[in-house]
Parts: sequence; C-alpha cells; structure tokens
Amino acid sequence: MSLPFLAKKPIDLPPIVSIELIQITEKTNIPFAPKAKKTLEKIKEKEKKLVSEQAPPKKVKKIKPDSVPMPEDDINKVEKIKEDKQNPEKIDNEVKQVSEFEKDELFDPNNIAALIDKSKIENAETINKTDKVTQDQKKNIENVGLSLSEEDALKAQIFGCWSIPLGLPYNENLLVRIKLQLNPDGTVSQSEILDHARMNKPGQGFYKVLAESALRAIKLCQPLRVPTTGYERWKELQLNFDAREMLEG
Amino acid sequence: MKKFLFLFLILVLTNEAKALIEVDITRGNLNPLPIAVSPLSIDDSSKKSFEKILKKKNIGSEISLIVEKNLKTSGLFNPLNKDAFLQASDIAHLKPRFEDWNLIKAQALITGKVNYVDEKLRVEFRLWDVLAGKEMMALAFTTVPNNWRRVGHIITDKVYERLTGEKGYFDTRIIYVAEEGPKTRRIKKLAIMDQDGANNKFLTLGNELVLTPRFNPTSQMVTYLSYFRNLPRVYLLDIETGMQEVVGDFPGMTFAPRFSPDGKKIIMSFAKDGNSDIYTMDLENRIVEKITNHPSIDTSPSYSPDGKFISFNSDRSGYQQIYIMKSDGSNVKRISFGKGLYGTPVWSPRGDLIAFTKLHKGKFYIGVMRTDGSGERLLTENFYQEAPSWSPNGRVLVFYRETKTDDKGKGFSAKLWSIDLTGYNERLVDTPTDASDPSWSSLLSN
Repeated sequence: MSLPFLAKKPIDLPPIVSIELIQITEKTNIPFAPKAKKTLEKIKEKEKKLVSEQAPPKKVKKIKPDSVPMPEDDINKVEKIKEDKQNPEKIDNEVKQVSEFEKDELFDPNNIAALIDKSKIENAETINKTDKVTQDQKKNIENVGLSLSEEDALKAQIFGCWSIPLGLPYNENLLVRIKLQLNPDGTVSQSEILDHARMNKPGQGFYKVLAESALRAIKLCQPLRVPTTGYERWKELQLNFDAREMLEG
Repeated sequence: MKKFLFLFLILVLTNEAKALIEVDITRGNLNPLPIAVSPLSIDDSSKKSFEKILKKKNIGSEISLIVEKNLKTSGLFNPLNKDAFLQASDIAHLKPRFEDWNLIKAQALITGKVNYVDEKLRVEFRLWDVLAGKEMMALAFTTVPNNWRRVGHIITDKVYERLTGEKGYFDTRIIYVAEEGPKTRRIKKLAIMDQDGANNKFLTLGNELVLTPRFNPTSQMVTYLSYFRNLPRVYLLDIETGMQEVVGDFPGMTFAPRFSPDGKKIIMSFAKDGNSDIYTMDLENRIVEKITNHPSIDTSPSYSPDGKFISFNSDRSGYQQIYIMKSDGSNVKRISFGKGLYGTPVWSPRGDLIAFTKLHKGKFYIGVMRTDGSGERLLTENFYQEAPSWSPNGRVLVFYRETKTDDKGKGFSAKLWSIDLTGYNERLVDTPTDASDPSWSSLLSN
C-alpha cells in the first residue's frame, strides 16, 4: 500500500503551523504582572476612544410600517408556494416545511469565504495584540477551557433564553450540538448545527424542532456572556443542547 | 519521512491545545413561547360576503381569535397583546419587518388572509420564526364558510406541531354526559362539543339514563351504555350520520365499554354469576370473549395504543389497585403500590403513561404513572373528581369534578375540567349544563 502524497513535497501546512508556533513560543508561565495590567487598561481605553471616534453607532432609518414591499424574490417565492404547494380545492393537511431554515445550515461557499476573510482579519488583530500585550495572552493559553464560574455564567444566561419545546419525547436521543464562531463582544458571527443532516431526515421532526429552539435561544441571548479576556480561547464554542432531564420531569 | 512525522506531531499537539470548548445546556425555561397572531387580513368584498353568510363582521379577526385562544389554553404559548403590534395586519404577502416583532419580544409570528372564492372560505397563513427571520410554514385551506371555526383549530394544530414537535389536539371534539335537575332525579343526555366548548349539541333526549360514552380512536363512532327498561345496553352511535345500533344486552352490572385501538372490538366489564370480569366483543361477528377469570371485581379496562396490553383495576389484592396484562389476559401484573385506592386507568395515546383516579384520605386525585407503575405524579386534588380522558396527543387530560355549591355542603355541581401533564395548566371547560364522563375524540383532520 502506498501513500503517494507522502513522496511529494509537503502539503501546504507550514503557514498554519508557523502561526501556531509563534503563539506558543511567546507564551510563558510568568504570572500576571500588575504593571502589565495598567498597560492593558491604557490600551483598552485608547481602543475604546478610537472605536467611539471612528465608528459611531449606526442610525437605523425608520421605515413606515406598511410601506415595505417584499423584495422581488420574496414575491416570486410566495407565488410559487401558492401554485405548487397548496391545493385550493381541499383542505391541505400536509405541512410544507420551508427549506430556508436548513439552507443556512448547509454548505455555503460565500459564507465560508466570508469566514476566511474574517479569520484573516482576526488573526491579524491577534498578532497585533500579541505584539502589544503579551502577558495577557500568556495567561489565556494557560487556561484552555472556561473556568467554572465563566461556564456557569454562560449556562445561566442560555437557560433563561431557551424555551424547551415541551412536546418532545424524553426517551429519545435528542442532543443538538451547535458550533459557534463568536465575536469578541459575545455576538455570534456563525452558528453551525453539527448534525445538520438529521434536520432533513424523515422521522427526525423532533430533532428539527429542538435544533430550531436551540438556535432561537442563541439568537435571543446575544451577546453571549463570555469572559472579558482570552478571546482566542473561546472564539469557537460548542453548545450541547440536551432537554431530556427537563422533559423527564 | 522524519520531517513528515515531525509535522504530524506538531499538528496533533497544536490541535490538542486548541480543543473546542464544549458547554452542556441541560436546562431551559418552561415559560410559554411569546407568539404574535396578526389578525388575518380580509378585503372589503369578501368581508361583506361573509358578513351576509356568517353574520360575523370580520371573519379574519374571528379566526385569529380562535387561534389565539387555543394557543393560550395550551399553556405552551403566550399570545401577545395586539395593541402592541407595530406592523399592520395587511402583511399576508409581505415579509414581516422582523425588527418590529423583535421589539415586542415575539419569537414566532402568524400572518395570513381570508378570501371568499367560489362561495368558499379560503384561508392562507404563514408561520414566521422572528428571531431567525425565516418562514417556517405556509399553508392554505379551502372549505365551506360554516367550517370557519375548524379552520382556526386546524391552523392552531399546524402551528402547535411545528413549534412543539408533537401533534396538536385542537381540531377535536369531546363527548360527555350533560346533566340537569336535582341529584335524586337527574336527567342525563349524551352531548357533544368542540374541544373549546363551542358547537354544543345534545344527541339524546334524556328519556333514558346514559353513561360512559367513549370515542372510537379511528372514526367518529361512539360507544356508550344506556339503561333500557332497567337493563344495561351497549350502543354504537355514528356521530356523522346519527345512526345508532344496539351491540347487546348485558344483564347485571356493566361498566365502561371502550374501543380497542383499531376500533374493531369493544372491551368492558360486566357481572356474570355475581362476579365482575373483563370481556371483549368483536364488533363484526359479535363473539364475546372472557379475558379475566378471577373471583375479585375487575373493571375499567383500557387498551395500550398498540393493542398488546390492557390496563384495568381490580381488588384482588384486597384493595382496588391498577393492573396490566397482555391482551389475551395472561401475565397479570400489579403496577400501583401507593397509599389509597386507584381506579379508572386509561392508557395514554403516546403509550408512555397511564392516567388514573386515586382516592386517599377522603380526597380524589387525578394522576399519571409510567406503564410499569413508576414515576407516579398527582396532577390535581379535589373533593370529588374522576374519569380522566386523554387528548389525542397525550398531553392534556379532561375529567369531571363535582363541587359543593354552598358553604354548608348542600347542592352540588359537576363540570368538566382539563389539566396538562405539568399539573399547572388547569382549566374549566365551558358547558351549558352540568357535565360528567368526558371522552376526547381523535383529530378530525388527520
């Protein structure tokens, strides 16, 4: 058995590895210095000022309630639903489950491109920040997961936002895993249902309902109560929604 | 090769260092979901047509009100006050302005319109996920105008199913015994109504005593017990055609005939030679088969939804308790072991629970337990209440409760009540007279 690609010149990995290596080599176990804290606060203040000067909050233009027409696409969609999916002659008991929701969870090359672009910006920001404040980063790497209090704060927030669909069976395996890409302020830039294939499978209606309720909870909870430091640590987060305990009573 | 191994090791190590943080969310809130029911819009000419036919000023608003009331009654939804709506109702063909609905904390939104088309009522509606900004469902119904209440119930069923994951129970009926007059000379009639108490109709005149009506789970057929010349008779009544037939005379004490899940058999208890046992009758060939054979009193049989098991109550242990057995009468097993007496076991349509009435220290309870007897939960307690009947989705129970009408304990009133499995959502079901012995139908539109 041969692995032909091994013989060839490697694989375009070095750039990724080198970034990771740089981060690791700059970390030490030196405790958090009070001086650095002051420096960090100064920098943060500067950044805050910059943000307020450069990007004032965007004013949303108020639109009159009834004057918003549907975009052309939407009108076409409505017409299509009428023609294809609805039977005007008899009571239609079939639920047309609109696929828009799932589309978001499916592969979207544009979104990935956007994500790559963002990650580039974020990487650049990280590198800049590490240049400026090294000790903070060092501390973050030291703690790989969330601390208990950080995790509890996040859980408590999501518990309040998640309306559990009470009709779901308690004796089925209904675990919805959602991977989140977070912005530093706790808002969600991307959410992905890890088992999204189940959403469209026949007989998985319960899973779909649970997944949708979990997505609603995340949207409702934004910005998430994430730690104020160590963005690199939690910029990617996986939430496992499991309602069995609640449904069992 | 060494180079590759080095790279591989670095990759593995770095990946370990960047392990994804996982947070388990195992609790949520049980608050009702905030939902906005925008009144169904209607054009002027349709409005006039419906006003003429149905004597309703705005049939769109009337249908929306039914949806709203149903959702509220379920206890799982909180329909928001219409006064707070920022967007007008005429948005049936528009994408809603989600930020406006977000502002009033709506998580779901129902929009739609009503039309008068070819002498029929045509309703289109859409369900929107406000937080995701997405359409979840779009449906249209056409029916005769008189069916407008049912359209409201069907819309609720669809919305309920889409948001909770289980089928609804709104397009259903309840059959019950309507009671009038003093307790010693009570007139009892068979009556039927929609699950929300509307469209009440009396099916018998009250000349004979009627008892324990039960719906066939597969059709609009009802079986009930009536006394003809002081002899108990089991009847079959077709609700849709009004046709009635006698299944048979059963001398002695006869109790609670009930259909098998496929609707082909009736199961009941009656006393033969002074001993009450459980029997089935095949409705095609009228062959009666004895299922239990025990010197104790065996009553209140109820099939599991798959037809493989039967629950019943018996005093074979010395006290009235709940038992289950295979449908052929073998493998009898006691499942209730709590303090007090247990009766009227009814197997849930979901198959996971058995509802019962319990008498303990002079108080009556309606409760549920798992089919092995574990997890007993008492949902409601009162002076006198019994005869639980499940909604077709196995979430709500309807039962009747007798209450004293004055402080001295004189007089009494019997009414129907419903309670859901949480035990918190208890409601009075409106009936024009006193009522007892309710039985919930399956969904009319399957």
